[in-house]
Amino acid sequence: MTQIKTIQDTEEEIIDEFSLFDSWDEKYEYIIDMGKKLKPLEDEYKKEGNKIKGCQSTVWMVSEFKDGKVFYRAESDAVIVKGLVSMLIRVLSGHTPKEILDAKLEFIDKIGMKQHLAQTRSNGLLAMVKQMKLDASVYSAQQITKN
Amino acid sequence: MHTTSLHIAFDVEQIRRHFPILNRLVKEKPLVYFDNAATSQKPIEVIEALSNYYKFYNANIHRGIHSLAEEATAAYEATRDTVQQFINAAHREEIIFTRGVTESINLVAYTWARTNLKAGDEIIITGMEHHSNIVPWQMIAEITGAKLKVIPVDDNGELIMEEFHKLLNEKTKLVSVVHASNSLGTINPVKEIIDASHKAGAMVMLDGAQSTVHLDIDVQELDCDFFAISSHKVYGPTGIGVLYGKKALLEAMPPFMGGGEMIKEVTFEKTTWNELPYKFEAGTPNIADTVAFKAAIDFLNKIGKKQIRHHEDELLQYATAELEAINGLRMIGKAKHKVSVASFIVEGVHPQDLGILLDNQGVAVRTGHHCTQPLMNRFGISGTVRASFAMYNTKDEIDVMIMALKKAIKLLR
Ligand SMILES: Cc1ncc(COP(=O)(O)O)c(C=O)c1O
Repeated sequence: MTQIKTIQDTEEEIIDEFSLFDSWDEKYEYIIDMGKKLKPLEDEYKKEGNKIKGCQSTVWMVSEFKDGKVFYRAESDAVIVKGLVSMLIRVLSGHTPKEILDAKLEFIDKIGMKQHLAQTRSNGLLAMVKQMKLDASVYSAQQITKN
Repeated sequence: MHTTSLHIAFDVEQIRRHFPILNRLVKEKPLVYFDNAATSQKPIEVIEALSNYYKFYNANIHRGIHSLAEEATAAYEATRDTVQQFINAAHREEIIFTRGVTESINLVAYTWARTNLKAGDEIIITGMEHHSNIVPWQMIAEITGAKLKVIPVDDNGELIMEEFHKLLNEKTKLVSVVHASNSLGTINPVKEIIDASHKAGAMVMLDGAQSTVHLDIDVQELDCDFFAISSHKVYGPTGIGVLYGKKALLEAMPPFMGGGEMIKEVTFEKTTWNELPYKFEAGTPNIADTVAFKAAIDFLNKIGKKQIRHHEDELLQYATAELEAINGLRMIGKAKHKVSVASFIVEGVHPQDLGILLDNQGVAVRTGHHCTQPLMNRFGISGTVRASFAMYNTKDEIDVMIMALKKAIKLLR
């Protein structure tokens, strides 16, 4: 049986990838590339209710709860945010609500992207992390009431 | 031999030496600071005035009889004299210290407007106002039942003056207009607005947040009723600003805040107000920043606004030409008369992405709606990239920005 990657594993993986870069240019090039590769969200999902509004850029996010795991999809109108969002999805998607709620997401700091979390007013990234966790806690509550 | 003859020849390299922050690196690159419309950097004269105050004569003002209190009071009041001359006010007591433009506008809204406006009255603003010249009037309109009217903006970013003259009528009680736009750079025809408004019996308030640092301000010649300034955009410290108001108006206005300093006599039955300007300066004011604000104005005067304007105009023209040569780039704000603000968007690229990548090259610009959301809606955009220039900026720095921009666009498209 192949072992499923933990959130921690994926975080390490990303930190390793970024350790290959020694300039900011290269880091951002990589993030932009990931942003461009993120599968776009269908227009029907880009509605007000799925919007996570930052001051400058907008993120749309939807989540789904399947077999005890949360799956996320998202998009943004800004490419760099999209790249960061794609990393968050890569790290968190496919895990249980508890794992997601416990995730510290230290990789963001370790790859030098903490400023994007701190600038809460200028982009939706921190709001995005909060929304991902919020969705996870809602699913977790649903699970408890069902059992 | 080095003698600083700044007032004779404008020497940008000499000027740069006065601004310590310009020596720092950002992301291992020399800082290129093009966010001057948000706040300007401070010359060493201002930084030293600030620290000297705390080192040598910190005291509470207007109360103590000891030497320190006397010195602090003298320095604080000296700034008032300097500001009076700086904007050519008729009386020193027409200079009220506030925290900045936002507080100055709110002061007028909550004292003059709240007591003078009634249901059916009209306030005219423009379509290019900063939120701080929109929201206070909306709040006052809510309280008094007055209505807000807006002068529209054309595609070049200029006010449609015919529309203004149509809006103006006997119900108009106040016209509050941004002197120079922070998002577009447009210098508005405020003299025409003031004269027409006065004929119609309306008061005029000017938001001088952007104009004060670039233009010669003569409030008597303008004949505006109120004028608002933020020191931090004039090479001075944050947290201090000015409300200029005509004396007769200020005298008739009720106080804004109650407390110490602003009273003459207090009993539980009745309190009488202090005279101008103290009536509007309740509590211990921001003494240190006020004292250092004088150093900023002195510095600006020494170099001379005329020479600075000439330098900044050159930078703006050079930047505009270089920017317009970039494929898919569109300037937002093409007014005939502009302060040194270059706002633009690039087709297919989000302003925020450009801002982040420019920062990677050490270039600080502003991206977003610049607190002028209605104006962005007018142009059908969510925001712009804005480069704004100050006395210490150079053409070489513009070249750095253009290079960084081209690189970023290539990466992002
Ligand atoms: C045109 C304009 N008005 C008002 C303000 C508000 O100034 P302050 O934040 O210093 O009160 C600004 C500053 O951004 C401005 O540019």
